[in-house]
Amino acid sequence: MSGFLGKLSWDALPYDPIVITTLCVVAVVGAIVAFLVIKNNLLGVLWRDWLTSVDHKKLGIMYIVLAFVMLVRGFADAIMMRLQLALATNGDPGYLPPHHYDQIFTAHGVIMIIFMAMPFMIGLMNIVVPLQIGARDVAFPFLNNLSFWLAASGAILVNISLGLGEFAKTGWVAYPPLAGLEYSPGVGVDYYIWALQISGIGTTLTAVNFLVTVFKMRTPGMKLMDMPIFTWTCTWANILIAASFPILTAVLAMLTLDRYLDFHFFTNDGGGNSMMYINLFWAWGHPEVYILVLPAFGIFSEIVSTFTGKRLFGYKSMVWATASISILGFIVWLHHFFTMGSSANVNAFFGIMTMIIAVPTGVKLFNWLFTMYRGRLRITVPVLWTLGFMVTFTVGGMTGVLLAVPGADYVLHNSLFLIAHFHNTIIGGAVFGYLAGFAFWFPKAMGFHLNVKLGKAAFWCWLVGFFLAFMPLYVLGFLGMTRRLNHTDNPDWNIWLYIALCGAIVIFAGIICQFLQLFVSFRDRKQNLDTTGDPWNGHTLEWSTASPPQFYNFAELPIVSDIDAFTDMKEKGTAYQRKESYAPIHMPKNTSAGIIMGGLLTAFGFAMIWHIWWLAIASLLGTVATFIVRAYTKDVDYYVQPDEVAQIENEHLDNVAKG
Amino acid sequence: MLTRILSKVALALMVGLLAGCQGGVLDPKGQVGIEEKQLIIVATLLMLLVVIPVIFMTLYFAWKYREGRDEIYEPKWSHSTKIETIVWAIPVVIVIILGVITWKSTHALDPYKPLEHEKEHINVQVVSMNWKWLFIYPDLGIASVNELRFPANVPVAFQISSEGTMNSFFIPQLGSQIYSMAGMVTKLHLIANEPGTYDGISSNYSGGGFTGMKFKAIATDTEADFEAWVEGVKAKSIAGSINNGILDQVSYDKLAEHDLDAHHHEPTPVQYYNSIDPDIFMDNVMKFMKDHGKVELLKGTVFDSNMIHDNASHGAMNHGEMDHGEMNHDESNHSSHDMHTEADK
Repeated sequence: MSGFLGKLSWDALPYDPIVITTLCVVAVVGAIVAFLVIKNNLLGVLWRDWLTSVDHKKLGIMYIVLAFVMLVRGFADAIMMRLQLALATNGDPGYLPPHHYDQIFTAHGVIMIIFMAMPFMIGLMNIVVPLQIGARDVAFPFLNNLSFWLAASGAILVNISLGLGEFAKTGWVAYPPLAGLEYSPGVGVDYYIWALQISGIGTTLTAVNFLVTVFKMRTPGMKLMDMPIFTWTCTWANILIAASFPILTAVLAMLTLDRYLDFHFFTNDGGGNSMMYINLFWAWGHPEVYILVLPAFGIFSEIVSTFTGKRLFGYKSMVWATASISILGFIVWLHHFFTMGSSANVNAFFGIMTMIIAVPTGVKLFNWLFTMYRGRLRITVPVLWTLGFMVTFTVGGMTGVLLAVPGADYVLHNSLFLIAHFHNTIIGGAVFGYLAGFAFWFPKAMGFHLNVKLGKAAFWCWLVGFFLAFMPLYVLGFLGMTRRLNHTDNPDWNIWLYIALCGAIVIFAGIICQFLQLFVSFRDRKQNLDTTGDPWNGHTLEWSTASPPQFYNFAELPIVSDIDAFTDMKEKGTAYQRKESYAPIHMPKNTSAGIIMGGLLTAFGFAMIWHIWWLAIASLLGTVATFIVRAYTKDVDYYVQPDEVAQIENEHLDNVAKG
Repeated sequence: MLTRILSKVALALMVGLLAGCQGGVLDPKGQVGIEEKQLIIVATLLMLLVVIPVIFMTLYFAWKYREGRDEIYEPKWSHSTKIETIVWAIPVVIVIILGVITWKSTHALDPYKPLEHEKEHINVQVVSMNWKWLFIYPDLGIASVNELRFPANVPVAFQISSEGTMNSFFIPQLGSQIYSMAGMVTKLHLIANEPGTYDGISSNYSGGGFTGMKFKAIATDTEADFEAWVEGVKAKSIAGSINNGILDQVSYDKLAEHDLDAHHHEPTPVQYYNSIDPDIFMDNVMKFMKDHGKVELLKGTVFDSNMIHDNASHGAMNHGEMDHGEMNHDESNHSSHDMHTEADK
């Protein structure tokens, strides 16, 4: 039914000058990176110490690198959209025709949520959670490596779509029947399906891994209600992932069957019902936003309590508030489609459930406030992000509650007001949180400090840029502008579209500051080493390790008797104790199985997208075979010998003593 | 400093909104939209009662308790039952008030509920197509494309469906929107309190030509003006207009033909049909069920779509999502909720 290369032909190559230019830039950058790696003989190091690593700290760093790369891609999409809408006013068609523009807004949404925010969140969780609970690694280190490669695999597929074929032109939600074969016959939706499907499975595995880690591997003495608050928020996020991502997997599988095997789950005819897709999609999609934002709440909690030099106010309230947000997050999905014709009772129920979430969220805000109260707040970069968040997110929360009122949603649904709202919460909540966490834990993960000036510049650009870019969208929503328009013809809207473009440019400056900060900090790293491992006078166990932490994390598992375990140790004088002797430490060995399976699944996704059946079968069999071989491999662990441990520990303690 | 800048920006935005706001949802011209605007304002003011103090406290606490000032420092103070009770209670109280408002307003503004008005509703059947709007006047025997005309101060009852992808039928200045979905009928009731020409849009992205999927909703000064227009359409006497004759299945299919080529997305011009096949709307809603009807229910019994038409209760169909049969027999503006979607059940 199809040839050797399936649907793949020369027609799949791009003809759009913008796309061709982008590809050329990517090729040049890729070539430079490859050249530098080979010239400095880093290929072996890269393979042995990073790509095949099962160390949660290194995987965390790789997740964050992935997040930054995809941030650039997603932001390029954003600024192209803003530019299009600023140019295409008064009936002008602009520079992006619908077939290109529609792919851009779809890619922007998918990339920012699935391939920027999720890897960033999971990266921070990887670096921090095992350290915070006094564990030496996660429960399943190989699985952790595999999860990373599944996320990377999805990201690679999305990026391939730029050069071969097209991406979906459906919006990031890909509602059928538009996403069905009849209205989207191209490969775009298939790229969407397989990129999300493969990375989504990786995310589910991550959640399982971290849940087992948190429930089984806490250090002696650490009860659940002693866990650091960031670990708690990640745990709830993981519970949400484990409960909701399988829904995404299932709904994508059904859409796949519709598109590949002529099933009728969501088609107009044959008894299909697209409303079912919309319900299932949001049954995943709404918990997903809490998956993104809860760990950010945890980060802010850690930062406020660390930099005020104070215990977190209302720890138990915080844990229970997180729990109630997580559980309520599952019974509000219908607020994404109040306008689908549900009865007043149903809409009112889901609206009220949604606004109830404002209660625990409000409690969190008050608890941060009362953590600051009678503290000694050091205004550092992480604290700036936190204060910026508290101001910004409060506005986003308010507009969210407004949208939860069905009567208001009837006129604001799908408008730019909605776009402003969710960027207000996702940027002002999740992204500010991750950037705060990035600044907070960077010295821990990398061993040197970030440049403060550029950090502050990045913050102010982001904050001002955010308000400039998104406040106008609230106004445009009120003025009746709906989302995903390619061009406009309403003079009243123009000024706001121009301001929004300016805002995007200011955010762009913020991103440049962020990368400049990384470059400058790396260049000057020798002068800015964090020798003590505790640069901020931290409360929790990750600060008791060296920076970067010993690869085995803890020579001896710490015994914990307080929520602020490390502060407790410092006060009792039990921190930094030299030991006479150390026991051998059991550690997992690195493995190439994860990257091989990730590579094969990328090939599988690609083959399915282009209907290259032989390759699909071969790569799927290869994946299963690799997994079986790995499952029967006995040589997966080793012991770090006591003298090596003693050497590393003494070096760290000497550094601490030197201060 | 920051607060001052922010408050200035906020003030400028509000002034901009109130002064320059024309044609949006804050400039409503119909009863439904007016009530929704009031709801937005009340809910926002209610929330600002918490939001403004929180923003103020954030900046004030950060300033007051910053390092280097000799404020009280209590590093171990982390619990106060009194404060925690208050911080749970304040949002609870606000949400309770807002919840009551939500419950009442959601019922009052239910798009399926006919408007209370001395005049009878005008019935309009709306079909979203790629990428245009078809308006059928079943009681008047005419139809139009991308132009919706009705008299001001007379309520309009819409029955909405789609020929393909999902869209959302929305006239921002008149109020609520509702999705259009193939094989299903949703309902909406609106009224224009003032005559005028209002922008109508699809507010749910539906593919390449979505941006051009606009129409004008024209509320005429008087009912006589409206009737004159109807007669004009029937007589094909409206100057410069395209009149396609009868809207039957053949011309319907011709209109519905869609072009997936992304380069052919010019907006469809306004056009009229001077007579209609009276069943054209429901026939095309039900046609998506025909394939479903081919399913063999019992051995030897092939389900025929005609049965759907004949069987108001359609127990045998057991499709679950909508009450299609009832729809078919009742096209008047009754006040039932029979067309609510499955979320109802």
